[in-house]
Parts: sequence; structure tokens; C-alpha cells
Amino acid sequence: MSNEPEVVITAYPDGPYLVRGAYKIVDANGNDIELTRRTVALCRCGRSSQKPWCDSSHKSFNFRDPAKTGRSTSRKKNTSDDPPSHL
Amino acid sequence: MTVAAESSVAEFPQRWEPPLPNSRGPITEVLFKALVGRPGALGKVPSNERDPLSDDDLHLALYACYEIHYRGFAGVDARWEWNPALVSFRGQLEQAFESALIECFRVTGEQDPSTVKSMLNKIANRSGPPLSRHLRDKASLADFKDYIIHRSAYQLKEADPHSWVIPRLEGKAKAALVEVEFDEFGCGRSERIHAVLFRTTMDAMGLDSRYGAYLDLIPGVTLAPINLMSMFGLHRRLRGAAVGHLAIAEMTSALSNKFVAEGLRRLGYGADATGFFDEHVIADSIHDMVALHDLAGGLLEQDPSLAGDILFGASAWAGVDAAFAQYVLDSWSRKEPSLHTPGGSRLS
Ligand code: FES
Ligand SMILES: [Fe+2]
Ligand SMILES: [Fe+2]
Repeated sequence: MSNEPEVVITAYPDGPYLVRGAYKIVDANGNDIELTRRTVALCRCGRSSQKPWCDSSHKSFNFRDPAKTGRSTSRKKNTSDDPPSHL
Repeated sequence: MTVAAESSVAEFPQRWEPPLPNSRGPITEVLFKALVGRPGALGKVPSNERDPLSDDDLHLALYACYEIHYRGFAGVDARWEWNPALVSFRGQLEQAFESALIECFRVTGEQDPSTVKSMLNKIANRSGPPLSRHLRDKASLADFKDYIIHRSAYQLKEADPHSWVIPRLEGKAKAALVEVEFDEFGCGRSERIHAVLFRTTMDAMGLDSRYGAYLDLIPGVTLAPINLMSMFGLHRRLRGAAVGHLAIAEMTSALSNKFVAEGLRRLGYGADATGFFDEHVIADSIHDMVALHDLAGGLLEQDPSLAGDILFGASAWAGVDAAFAQYVLDSWSRKEPSLHTPGGSRLS
């Protein structure tokens, strides 16, 4: 257990960051933001109207994962989950 | 640390058991006549030429057969649950329903596992009947109440059908399903169980929030998607379809629930009524990712041969759900009731 990270933050393809583990989230003044669930999604696209949470606004304008559109990553990403091209 | 003391207003009423609904045709007549007696023999399913994807008689019968595995009915002996005659009767109904689903929604041939996620995205992004948009912008209060009653048939047991799937999965897919289900069931807080939030919505709108209270009013086209979930959940061989269905349901939920919440606010309702829908905007933005990438993706990694089943479950769910939405919109635009009248089906 000791080398398990306390918090894991995962960037999901074309979506939010999911946060799992023993964390707390505070606002700009350091006040706790109430957590009602174990796993939360933090907005990554910038368009959520309920920040810090993701409210699926990323879908309304087809947010695309920056990792796929240029930024180099150490691990080669499987591109099979690319969204359909008609979007 | 907080101490949970007082029980929430939404606590389950004690000892309410939903009544067995009225029959709607030959199938439910045979079934309900038997169910009020001691568990024993049951005849064959009377044949029926109607559409097995939406038929009122077939889907109420199937819904009742499944209900005996969930909460049961007042006056129905709980031992019917594993009565071989009832299991066989249910099997005949399932066969009709499943064959029709396969015919309409199963893509023939092997599916390439590497394309499944993009296919699921495609299915989720297909535009369906604009029911939630209508609720947001135009629906009258009466139509809104009808809609809530339709949804009560599933929402009051929300996520229960998928819990059947847990022991049928392992590894990443199991962990993902339980992560979603834990949230559906309130993360250890009974007042946050999604079904309980829905009861609060019904109470705030002056509707009867007791489990199963409106079953007589709910048509087959509404029951079909719920029967699909129960069927996929209760058959291990259909676990891939269950996973595909859940992925699409989660992927399409957040934005449509956002619209429904906005519609309720347009009609002047506050947080009691909108709470269920507001919760789903946030919760399903999480579940969407987990269900697509970890649940469906995880299952595919373990068993790529389930690709076709996952896509079948996804398309079938999207199809029956769209049929429900279209039916409701059509009824409203024709100024016809979308629900049956109490005491008798309008089709009988
Ligand atoms: S990432 Fe989902 S709303 Fe921004
Ligand atoms: Fe939910
Ligand atoms: Fe969900």
C-alpha cells in the first residue's frame, strides 16, 4: 500500500479529468468545496458552467484532447478511440 | 464528522407493496390470473401479432415477470420468482422481444474491437427525437407531469438492473461498473440514492412517488427500454449488451437531464424538483467517461469477442429509447394522452 499514490488524476480522451483517491478540493480562498462523491470530474475544456466540475459542456462544442492534437506524450496513444469524423 | 440522526423526508414508506396492475390483453390475463394464486402451472404465452418492440400486453407481462425479481407485488407469492413455469413463460416473452431487437439493431458479422469506442461515440451523437429540448422550451406542466410518470417506471429503481451484471464481470470492467453503481446508490448516503432523488422530484410536483403506483398508466413503449435493461442484466450471455446499453445511457444523459432541469425551472420549480436532474448533469459527466473507457473499454480488452454484443446493446437501447421519445412527442403534438387512463388501458 505504501507506494500507492494518494490521488490519481486521469485525463479522459476528449473529456474531463477524473480524480480518485484521498483528496480535497478548495476554492480560490482556500474554502472546501463540498464533495458528495468519491470520484469527481474536473472541467478540462474551460466551458463548464459549474466549475470546477465538468457538466458535459465539452460535448456541445466538441472539445478535443490536446494530447491528440499535437502535444507530445511519452506513451504512444492508441488512436482507435478517435471520435467520428462527421462531428 | 457528522452524525446521521434524523431520517430524511425521502425515507422509504414502510410496507408499501405495489398492486398487481390490470391486465391489458390475453398475455397479461393469463399471467395475472396465475400470479394471484399459489405458485404452480402456467399456460403457454397466447400468441400475439403486435410489435414485440412496443406491444402493451407483452411488455406489461414481461415487466411484471421481472418485477418479481425486484420488489414484487402485493398479494403475489414471492416463491413465484423461481417457479419453473413462470421462468419458462418469461423466456417465451423474452424470445419474442430479443428476436425483434436482433432483427432491428444487430449488425451482422464480426465487429472490429478497435472501432467499438468510436462506434459508441457515433451512436451517442446520433440525433434523436428532441424530447428533452421540448421539455426545456415548450412542454406544459401537464405534459411535464406525464413525462415524470413515464420515467418513474425506471427511475424509482434506477440502476438496479445493472447491479445484476456485477458478478458477471471482472477486473477493470467490474471496478468501473461498481464505481458507477456506487454513485447511483448515493455513495453510502441513502438520501442521495438517485431513485430517492427522483421520489423527491415526484413529491415536489405533487405526484405519487410510491414505487409502482403508476404502473397501470404506463404504456408498453415506455416499459420496453426498462425490460431491455432487465433482460440484459439477468442473462449472463447478454453481459456485453448490458455494458453497451449502459455506456450509451450514461453518454447521452448529462445534457438531456440539463435540459429537463431547465424546463422545470422555466415552470417555476425549485431545487426539490430539479435536484434529480441537476445531480445527473454532474454525475453522468463522470459516468459517461467511466462507462465508455473503463467499463466498455475494459470489457473489450478482456474479451474482444464481445465487440458485437456491446454494439448491439448500445444500438438496441438507443432505438427503443428513441421510440419512447417519439411516441411521447407525437402524443403531445396530437393532444392525445401519452399515458393510459387509470382503471383501463386505452388499447383494450
Ligand atoms: S471538460 Fe466537461 S465541461 Fe469542460
Ligand atoms: Fe443516476
Ligand atoms: Fe449515471
